[in-house]
Amino acid sequence: MGQLSRFWRESEHRYRLLGTRCENCGRVYFPPREVCPTCHRESIGKMKDLELSGEGVIESFTVVHEAPPRFSRQKPYVLALIKMEEGPMITGQIVDCDPSEVEIGKHVHAVFRRMGEDGDTGVIVYGYKFALD
Amino acid sequence: MSEVYIIGAGETKFGELWDKSLRDLAVEAGLEAIKEANIYSRDLQMLYASNSLAGTINEQSNIAALAADFSGIAETHVPAVRVEASTASGGAAVREAYLAIKSGEYDVVMVGGVEKMTDIYGSEIIDVQSSILDREWESFNGATPAALAAITARRYMHDFKVPREDLAMIAVNDHANASMNPDAQYRNKITVDQVLKSDPVAEPLNVFDCSPISDGASAIILASDEYRKKNRLDGIRIVSSAMSEDYLALHSRKSIYTLESARIAAKQAIDRAGIKKNDVSFLELNDSYSIYGLLELEDLGFAEKGKGNELLGEIKLGGSLPVNPSGGLKAKGNPLGATGVSQFYEAYLQLKGKAGQRQVKGARYGMLHNMAGTGATSVVHIVGE
Ligand SMILES: [Zn+2]
Repeated sequence: MGQLSRFWRESEHRYRLLGTRCENCGRVYFPPREVCPTCHRESIGKMKDLELSGEGVIESFTVVHEAPPRFSRQKPYVLALIKMEEGPMITGQIVDCDPSEVEIGKHVHAVFRRMGEDGDTGVIVYGYKFALD
Repeated sequence: MSEVYIIGAGETKFGELWDKSLRDLAVEAGLEAIKEANIYSRDLQMLYASNSLAGTINEQSNIAALAADFSGIAETHVPAVRVEASTASGGAAVREAYLAIKSGEYDVVMVGGVEKMTDIYGSEIIDVQSSILDREWESFNGATPAALAAITARRYMHDFKVPREDLAMIAVNDHANASMNPDAQYRNKITVDQVLKSDPVAEPLNVFDCSPISDGASAIILASDEYRKKNRLDGIRIVSSAMSEDYLALHSRKSIYTLESARIAAKQAIDRAGIKKNDVSFLELNDSYSIYGLLELEDLGFAEKGKGNELLGEIKLGGSLPVNPSGGLKAKGNPLGATGVSQFYEAYLQLKGKAGQRQVKGARYGMLHNMAGTGATSVVHIVGE
């Protein structure tokens, strides 16, 4: 079920944390959107790429013990919602720490790591994770 | 516009049914519903098949044609279509059938929901379940439905100082009711302590906070009031139907512990029914994870945000607001595409006074909530005598 190769399409957005900003209302979105959910048609053609700083705060988190096969070697891992300083929230893992150090409200920054591998092709895909400041 | 009635309902036992295939389950439930309705399969004018993941789990698509064929109605050439709205497929399929009868197009239709989840093994099923999330921006990063429910649970408990034990109470109540349901996957009673000591799935949620992997099928027959009267058939009424969507991904929602889709659908369902929420005699919730039981009590309109636990004394059979008399998703089981239809099976028994030991005394109206994923879709129905 791996098939990670198809995720290459979004690789630039993953590697650079590239979101979009609506020039009509100023709201920032990640993942990128073609249409602003607030401005609807007024936003068409006005959604511009914006690279996020990678800085954010832990909104909430879990320690995952039962995971799909391609994450089995990472178990248990910390998965969190990170409120980015530009506004959007991102789902990502928190790495390079003991799970007991993770708390709601702690500051984190994005790091780029191996995400897993495609079982059939052995293709390795990279993306964003987060580390405690 | 015609009133819409449920004139028959059938279901299989839920559980790990190794000896039964996807088609066996669908046919068993469908034939039971037809028998209960006292009609013939050739009377059906349309079939709605509800299923979530058979294309991946069983490598079988075109479920509606399969179900129609093996129910023996291929030669009646009745139209059939699959309705897919992830884990809300069942509620969504019933709603499509309800609207079709309301439109005047049909007088009698079947909705059959089926899922055969044990055809793949081990942790592969977690990957398939995670496909109902945003694949590229949630599950790609290691999110599973359980993990996102756990993230919601942790922040909810943090903000409202809700004790961990209160989540467990939702599962304990489900098991107590399922002990009286012969179709339930788990018929053993459990304690809060057992929930807290069960193995972690995604902290703070444990195995006993999570609905199981289930096989099963449920089917109901819907008919217009005219058809029901003409053929002197008995039934219960679908009083109202509503459906609402929200952002697919949890990270895009305004609040990670508000089921906005449920809140809106429930309000519409109550308004359309012309009843007050106090008129609701029982609830069937979509408690795929224990935390959702508390959130649903709030967002369906029965408690303020953060105060769902104040109702925990009232949710058992005999309380003022019985929850999941069927045993709910945790204990009756959660065969995804069948789950939403099976809520109607329970309501049919309850409103006809045929629920045996788990009968809600004097049941007049039931509210049924079927939800997709972490709340991207909610379907709410109110059913009555
Ligand atoms: Zn905008």
